[in-house]
Amino acid sequence: MTLQTDTAVPKQTMQRPRRKPLLSMAAEISGAAYLLIAICAFLLFIAGWFLATGLGVAKPIFLPSPLGVIAKLGKLAADGTLASDVGNSVYRIMVGFLIASIMALATAILIGAYRFWEAAIEPFLDFVRYMPVVAFVPLTILWSGTGDIQKFLIIWIGTYFQQALMFKDNIKRVPADFIGFGRTLGMSDLRVLMRIVLPSAMPQIWDTLRISLGWAWTWVTLAELVAANSGLGYRITVAQRYLQTDMAIGYILVLGVLGLATDQIMRLLGRHFFKYERKS
Amino acid sequence: MQAHPKLKISHLQKSFANGRSPVKVLDDINLEVGDNEFVSLVGASGCGKSTLLSIIAGLQDHEQGEMLVDGSPINGPGRDRGVVFQSYTLLPWLTALQNVEFALRETGHEAKDITEVARRHLDLVKLSRFADSFPSQLSGGMKQRVAIARALSYRPKMLLMDEPFGALDALTRGQMQELLMQIWQEHRLTVIFVTHDVEEAVYLSDRIFVMGLNPGRIKECIEVSSARPRPTGIQHDRETLELQARVLKSIREETRRVEFD
Ligand SMILES: Nc1ncnc2c1ncn2[C@@H]1O[C@H](COP(=O)(O)OP(=O)(O)OP(=O)(O)O)[C@@H](O)[C@H]1O
Ligand SMILES: [Mg+2]
Repeated sequence: MTLQTDTAVPKQTMQRPRRKPLLSMAAEISGAAYLLIAICAFLLFIAGWFLATGLGVAKPIFLPSPLGVIAKLGKLAADGTLASDVGNSVYRIMVGFLIASIMALATAILIGAYRFWEAAIEPFLDFVRYMPVVAFVPLTILWSGTGDIQKFLIIWIGTYFQQALMFKDNIKRVPADFIGFGRTLGMSDLRVLMRIVLPSAMPQIWDTLRISLGWAWTWVTLAELVAANSGLGYRITVAQRYLQTDMAIGYILVLGVLGLATDQIMRLLGRHFFKYERKS
Repeated sequence: MQAHPKLKISHLQKSFANGRSPVKVLDDINLEVGDNEFVSLVGASGCGKSTLLSIIAGLQDHEQGEMLVDGSPINGPGRDRGVVFQSYTLLPWLTALQNVEFALRETGHEAKDITEVARRHLDLVKLSRFADSFPSQLSGGMKQRVAIARALSYRPKMLLMDEPFGALDALTRGQMQELLMQIWQEHRLTVIFVTHDVEEAVYLSDRIFVMGLNPGRIKECIEVSSARPRPTGIQHDRETLELQARVLKSIREETRRVEFD
């Protein structure tokens, strides 16, 4: 009896660790609490927006109410404008981003594995990387007009150079002993590259893809803002021309949601592909 | 020594370019290792043990000297010399079994036997139960056991090991040493084993090469004559302890010499 209570008492006190104050640096937060806080932040933002428009702080022509924006988006969705704009922009990103990524990976392998190509190519990539993408917009229009090709080109310029250098870094981080191991098996350089170096760098390469896909959204919007006759960016310039602020804001929100969605899809896919990295 | 040593190194020299002036890391290394012999390389940190091992593996080149395996010169890595690295080198996207299969496939084993052979080797290191686990799910000792199974699976004549148990706790290390002993006796392997641990060197080796410092060279070769198989408690026998002290003293002399230079 006494023994039982003896062991039970300290157990109970052990089970209740002291809670750290919510705003202290060491505070841990459960998944549900995290989500709740995040949702509250969004709600706060929307409430502030309602308040600003409801109290007449901002004229509707500068800042329409959230309901107005939603209604406008609903109308654009119903008549198919939204879907076709999204479709156009997504198509441009997919093509531009895919081409850039494949080329960047090939470049990265070349400069990551061969010192000769590193010397020949990397300084040049570094140089171009610091040229602002926006400055290329007039040139690309001059070269290729205002069609899809020009959009691909802008996305390519905006992502390829950065990706190539980041991919190279991903590849360089593969432990030297992995490569040594492959060589002791008598594998050729090419085989070591394809069967050890690339698979081993893949999780990091995927992260790079995920980050650079985010940029691609910026570049496609930019290209469509400047010169296009379709796409999300184009619709925003139309909105400006006809003072349809609700449409402009609605489209910016759509861009935010699309960006967030692609990022989450990439994250989930990554989690699925690289399951082996996790314990248990 | 035997008429035909498994490995013969003569007048080997190696420098690293350090800034502009090359620094000599290995100087006039001469050693012979017999067939089925177990030798250790010990020495102070930075004396060039890893460098020497990786030159023997063919992963690094050298400026001078000759290296013969079975009488023929080697250049570059080869399937006759398996390496177990100090860092964990299991490929993280492959399971334990697939890691062994990878080595077998790349060394040109017949496709139909690969899984069979791989399973047998996991069995050898007592890890059959973890065949389908990924490296991230294995402890350090288990990873090194898979690495040993992998290195043995394609039957290299020589096994080169660079502090393979350096990162393990004392208990696990002891178990790994016994396992290695057992495998070595069953497989007629020639092992070159780098270690910091004098007790480990004396327990495992037929001969111990003590390396000197600045530049690295073979300072002394100490023979361990205790009969095999060696019982587990032998580390604490008087004879063994004396031998350990002798090896330790030899290493210490060297660090002291360098300090007073
Ligand atoms: N790639 C390199 N470039 C320049 N110097 C190197 C390189 N690799 C090793 N060295 C130098 O060569 C010497 C021997 O290094 P090595 O790694 O072979 O020593 P070690 O005996 O294995 O040491 P430890 O016991 O700490 O592992 C060290 O002084 C080290 O600084
Ligand atoms: Mg070392």
